[in-house]
Amino acid sequence: MVDETAPLPTRPLAPAGSPLAGLSLDALRGTAEAVLIPVGALVATAVVFGIFVALAGADPLETYELMYRGAFGTWFSWQNTLQRTAPLLLTALCVALPAQLGLVIIGGEGALVIGGMCSAAAGMAMMGAPPWLLLGVMALAGMAAGGAWIALAGALRQFRGVNETISSLLLAYIAIALMNHMVEGPLRDPASLNKPSTPPLGEANMIGSIPGLDVHWGLVFGLVACVASYVLMRRTTFGFGARMVGGNVRAARMAGLSVAKLGMITCFLAGAAAGLAGMVEVAAVHGSANGSLVAGYGYTGILIAFIARQNPLAVIPVALMFGGIAASGGLLQRRLDLPDATILVLQGIAFVMILASDTLYGRFRVFQPRG
Amino acid sequence: MEDLGWWGVALAVLAGAIRVSTPFLFVSLGELLTEKSGRINLGLEGTLVMGAMSAYAISYMTGSPWLGVLVAGLAGALFGVLHALICGLPRVNDIAVGIALMLLGTGLAFFLGKAFIQPQAPILPAIEFGWWSDLPQVRSALQINVLFILGVLLAPFLLWVLTNTKWGLIVRTVGDSADAARAMGYSVNLVRLAATASGGFLAGIGGSFLSLYYPGSWNEGLSSGQGLMAVALVIFARWQPIRCLGAALLFGGAGALGPALQSVGVTQGYYLFNAAPYLLTLVIMIATCSPTRTLTGAPGELSITK
Repeated sequence: MVDETAPLPTRPLAPAGSPLAGLSLDALRGTAEAVLIPVGALVATAVVFGIFVALAGADPLETYELMYRGAFGTWFSWQNTLQRTAPLLLTALCVALPAQLGLVIIGGEGALVIGGMCSAAAGMAMMGAPPWLLLGVMALAGMAAGGAWIALAGALRQFRGVNETISSLLLAYIAIALMNHMVEGPLRDPASLNKPSTPPLGEANMIGSIPGLDVHWGLVFGLVACVASYVLMRRTTFGFGARMVGGNVRAARMAGLSVAKLGMITCFLAGAAAGLAGMVEVAAVHGSANGSLVAGYGYTGILIAFIARQNPLAVIPVALMFGGIAASGGLLQRRLDLPDATILVLQGIAFVMILASDTLYGRFRVFQPRG
Repeated sequence: MEDLGWWGVALAVLAGAIRVSTPFLFVSLGELLTEKSGRINLGLEGTLVMGAMSAYAISYMTGSPWLGVLVAGLAGALFGVLHALICGLPRVNDIAVGIALMLLGTGLAFFLGKAFIQPQAPILPAIEFGWWSDLPQVRSALQINVLFILGVLLAPFLLWVLTNTKWGLIVRTVGDSADAARAMGYSVNLVRLAATASGGFLAGIGGSFLSLYYPGSWNEGLSSGQGLMAVALVIFARWQPIRCLGAALLFGGAGALGPALQSVGVTQGYYLFNAAPYLLTLVIMIATCSPTRTLTGAPGELSITK
């Protein structure tokens, strides 16, 4: 074991003045620990899942090969993967942003659903406006609604002491019921018989594809949001304050930071990201708001944020991986006759392994700072 | 069927309270026991679904629904053990582990239960308490399952165990102050393991009610979040088993309100009534929580109220 109370001197990797100044070997050790432990947990996941698949009567190697092909093997599967990655980037941010302040928000599904519903309502109200204006208003409505939904959980925590994990989960269920109510009643398109939906946006008003790709612009929104979140949290005073609250609330209060304000704004941004995901699902995938919005993206987002260790930039590769896993589900079902729940099992094992690996941090001498 | 009008609504809510509350009751008592030991298990939704699936599968394969109930409990206990073992490692967040096990439990249940969606398994018997009435509505409302009666008896029993026995005292000590328990020579992790496993056992039985009595078949949409709501229900009940019984009946009745109103022609807001239990919990939490003190009755070691 390493003495954790010892001061952490840093040894510069390069002399002052050189381009590498400021980078230290100890910082590299920390990064290596933050990358290698999750990777190790994912390898352990692959072993356990392989045994599981073998018990179910499929060849593990063939399964992994098919998963790779279904996710990244062809141009078509890449596009399928990227299509699914887009909402995951945004719902993962809904968990990762509040986590900077030590808040565990798990109601991203609710913010996505309420954002999708409100953006569809805004689209109905703006019908006839030019597409760019219509989509702009839809995006704002979706982000405002999703943001308000999670900010409510944040506010209840700050002002009433209500646990944000439980309240955001309850709010997710309320959001789904509210969406069903609106889609079934006031916002329903009378022409949608079997599956109650809002009136279709129309082909001309949909978010198009990125030129040269068969992937909608939601992917770009997600990537920009991840980078912007990283910059906000690591390179601005606001982010420094937020992370200070996450490190030690009392110290942050002593330093004069407004804990409630930081918490509310961060929760709003987190919800806005998930709300935007809902808007993209409406305006780029389904064409209207309906029950398909409840697709579990919010819950997969929790898993992604935890694997990425709540780092907004690390969310990108992890979301890509889980987008790929989801995309390969169909192929596994067709070729190996494995049920679609196989993907859920894999996600569950991965989540358990990643959380259990949290205990390994600080246990390996090689990753610790040297004096 | 006679038309009972608005009396029918009241009767349907009562019937719903009796019929729907059993899974709520078992899961919340299980969650209560776990939380009394100072740890929260947010994964009981997965345990519940796993219990529902294994109970149905065993009942179908062996022809004995009671064996199914037992196996559901054992499967639940297994998940409880897994939860406790992972949470026993240092620096592992129990809330997140719960979410992970929720995902794993539902995934495993859907995976293994694929083959049991079609066939009809023998289900649990009910006792007719409505023989004295001529009204078919009253008769069907008073068809009471043995598991419900067991659950009703379990609540005071659990209260007695927690307040009057040595085991109850140990669980409460570990839940209120791990340091004190350690000083007295108890293994905190071992006590929590036992409490989480027993809690999982109860949640598994709650799941078996879903597939073996009401709705009475196995499919992937079987649970409507009873396992998740257990956490809220326990907070609502202030960590008191008898109040858990009341809360379970209330939540069951609230869930039956929507369909009951629909049957008398009130179709507006059907989906909003589905949200009634969640809204109720949220309102109660807002009304009773305070930023300056912990909830009364909450175990001192519990991460969600600290």
